[in-house]
Amino acid sequence: MQPVVVTGVGAVTPLGVGARTLHERWSAGVSGIADGEGACLDFDPSDFLSNKEARRADRFTQLALAACAEALADAGWQDELPYDPERVGCVLGTGVGGIATLTGGQDTLRERGGQYVSPLAVPLMMSNAAAGALSMAHGLQGPSYAVSSACASGAHAIGSALRMLQNGEAHAVVTGGSEAGLTPLARAAFSALDALSASGISRPFDARRDGFVMGEGAAVLVLEREDAARARGARVLGTIKGYGASSDAHHLTAPREDGKGQASAMLAALADARVDATQIDYVNAHGTSTPLNDRAETHAIKLALGEHAQRIPVSSTKSAIGHLLGAAGAVEAVATLLALRDRIAPPTLGLEEPDQGLDLDYVPGAARPLAPGGHGSNADGANGGPVLALSNSFGFGGHNAVLCLEAP
Amino acid sequence: MSTTVTEEQIEKLVVESLETFGADADQITREATFEALDIDSLDLAELSQIVHESYGVELKGSDVAEVKTVDDAIKLIAERL
Repeated sequence: MQPVVVTGVGAVTPLGVGARTLHERWSAGVSGIADGEGACLDFDPSDFLSNKEARRADRFTQLALAACAEALADAGWQDELPYDPERVGCVLGTGVGGIATLTGGQDTLRERGGQYVSPLAVPLMMSNAAAGALSMAHGLQGPSYAVSSACASGAHAIGSALRMLQNGEAHAVVTGGSEAGLTPLARAAFSALDALSASGISRPFDARRDGFVMGEGAAVLVLEREDAARARGARVLGTIKGYGASSDAHHLTAPREDGKGQASAMLAALADARVDATQIDYVNAHGTSTPLNDRAETHAIKLALGEHAQRIPVSSTKSAIGHLLGAAGAVEAVATLLALRDRIAPPTLGLEEPDQGLDLDYVPGAARPLAPGGHGSNADGANGGPVLALSNSFGFGGHNAVLCLEAP
Repeated sequence: MSTTVTEEQIEKLVVESLETFGADADQITREATFEALDIDSLDLAELSQIVHESYGVELKGSDVAEVKTVDDAIKLIAERL
């Protein structure tokens, strides 16, 4: 099957504007969390959008447009599309879409009456608004749509884009995820579930972890068929080697405690990539900092990778930026790919007292050089060959999506 | 709602609305077409809402569909007052 490569990345995250900013700051141990939330404080929509574009876009779409502009420029697409526009698709993930638009419309309805609800309410709040906006902004005329699987949306979107390319429906797909849910309603609703950290601290795998820290942001990746990318002389950042998805079919919010559903997605990603567990050099964990996830995910990693799980670093991007919900899988795929390229295992920040039984190498506190293949390995990477990672994403509803990424 | 609303007042409301929608203030004249100002059906739906709120006049989608220029819009609103 035709390999699919990544030729451009872009991101807006609580660590700042830019994919490299995310990578460099996380690797340096910087946290983007302030006052118990991961807000994109450096993001100013007017840096990227005209007044008209900005008022036609909910914040989740604004974040996606900014990340997309960076990704397309990174891929060398800033002037014109390198392919027939009908051969360029767009698949974006989001958990809820334009929630601030939705609640604003509800406020207007209650306070002033239905006749004052904005005609922009529907086109801004719909969960496919960002996909539509990216398609229009850049003239992407291939298939475009949104993917929604709660906190796995970003990873499912990239997986769907991969399949679109493998199925021959496009030469390139602009993909990723976006979320802007820092609203009173979302805070209250996640708090009611006991999912949010009361301490406001994201410390995955730590015995004191008490829930996730909510964040916002977006990441966009440009995926191209490898033959097409090579033919146009594109710089290749890495390869989407494989994708696996599964469902727990267990509980609306809780993962299976034994991690079997999650492990099944990891194994599917390995099989899809045609690689053995022992070839994996790093795992970017879902690592939410909730009591249930981090324990179930640790079981899942051990189930999927066997003894090899103990030999490789496993870390959580959410320790530095919080949980970006529907954007998380895309942001973490970008962070993983850039970390692989630099041969760095970025840290799990805030982890000081690993919980009992959570005994993997979670890279506490500070980044380390990535030892390809794990300790004492003679894997490809140790000899200067490519390095491989799994990036895990799991969502409410029992949705599991795992990407297998490779960097040269 | 009132016969005391002048065409100048309507013009002011329309121009301010168009600026809010993102039209270039320098380009807004009575003769300017909405197409040239990049004002589309969504903007005109918003304008109808603003007109309703300000003057109590209801403009239907079919009315607004016929409106091509700033002048057309001002005259339509004035007629309905």
